[in-house]
Amino acid sequence: MIGVVDYGAGNLRNVQAALARLGAPWRSVAAPDDLNGLAGLILPGVGQFGAAARRLREAGLDGALRGWIREDRPFLGICLGMQLLFESSEEERDSRGLGALEGRVTRLQAERLPHIGWAVVEPLREAAGSMFEMLPGDGFFAYFAHSFALPAPSPAAVAHTTCPPSFVSAVRSGRVWGTQFHPEKSGAEGQRILANFIAGAGAAREGAR
Amino acid sequence: MRARRVIPCLDIRGGRVVKGVKFRDLRDAGDPVERARAYDRDGADEVCLLDISASHEERRPLLDLVRRVADELTVPFTVGGGIRDLDEMRALLMAGADRVSLGTAALDDPGLLGRAAASFGSQFVIVSIDALRSGGRWEVTSHGGRRRRGREAVEWAREAERLGAGEILLNAMDADGTRSGYDIPLTRAVARSVRIPVIASGGAGTPADMARVLLEGEADAALAASIFHDGSVSIREAKRVLGAAGVLVRP
Repeated sequence: MIGVVDYGAGNLRNVQAALARLGAPWRSVAAPDDLNGLAGLILPGVGQFGAAARRLREAGLDGALRGWIREDRPFLGICLGMQLLFESSEEERDSRGLGALEGRVTRLQAERLPHIGWAVVEPLREAAGSMFEMLPGDGFFAYFAHSFALPAPSPAAVAHTTCPPSFVSAVRSGRVWGTQFHPEKSGAEGQRILANFIAGAGAAREGAR
Repeated sequence: MRARRVIPCLDIRGGRVVKGVKFRDLRDAGDPVERARAYDRDGADEVCLLDISASHEERRPLLDLVRRVADELTVPFTVGGGIRDLDEMRALLMAGADRVSLGTAALDDPGLLGRAAASFGSQFVIVSIDALRSGGRWEVTSHGGRRRRGREAVEWAREAERLGAGEILLNAMDADGTRSGYDIPLTRAVARSVRIPVIASGGAGTPADMARVLLEGEADAALAASIFHDGSVSIREAKRVLGAAGVLVRP
């Protein structure tokens, strides 16, 4: 069973729909107790860093998520969910993320913002583990919708994307993954990444592809 | 580099796809979910659902439709048409819409753009601008082009960006439905005046028109309805032509 964190940051449905298409059982997580018995956890998110971090705290989920990540259990942060893995963001002064990974999210210095649309994700070496398994090693298109990002380079980076400028489009630390793009909205390649996550968590339904 | 986008648009009324010329002679053209899924498989980068229902009664099936589209699509989609307030936007977000497009409501209450961006992020908020040629400039219209608003389109685009819109859906009313090509000067004028992405709409007749508006018009995305609807051009074919013209597209 995969948990999808519901903290009022919207658009859970697309993640849930993608999991359903992949045959992975899922349920919503709105409180720490909901984590019991889960094989993997997905933190989606759209909207603003500071507000999202506050909502996680108010739901009592920040400590629970930190614990989950500290134990190196399967975790996937998507878009804002990836940014929340880090310590802070330029989007709001004094706001604090989960701090599971070292780094500060900054505003993209791009010609046009928000960075909306499809851009190439370029995997870095072998560092990604199984995240990009069965995807082209020289890169693939994924869907982005954001104005802030983790600047490259970063020790946790497993993929870069050039907007320009270049930023970190995926991170990994053990079984904790993050993608700045939306795998649930990135066509067949995105579905593959979700399938790799589900397989890594051992949460694929018996007989599901 | 970010790829330029090809966006098929579906006109929706009473939960069904409708086809017509300039909102007249509407006839049923099938189930939106099936059409959206077919576009997804054909390589659409995004899908736009435009609700043109004339009454509250007709709009009612929209949320259910959005949920069903969200369940099927592996690419993002935008919902527009008649959206008035934050509650409606929230309901659409929860139903799975990736973005909403605001037209008349943003003109009536420009502050709505800022409130929507603060609530859902600016990447969720598209301002839809229906522009009509007026002398050497373009005037903003509303209510499907029937009402002139006395505002200049480039100036409104700039203000919408300042207020919080994350993207501009720019519809050239003179070109709409003509298949004679996008309005390149309008698109370029707006694209050069803002730093948010511009989606060009109105006038697509061929994939070459799309290449022109993306290259010469400096648009970030090209939206089209009828040429994809009637099957005269597939999305794959349009992208092949764009690629050959030197436009970076997702294969």
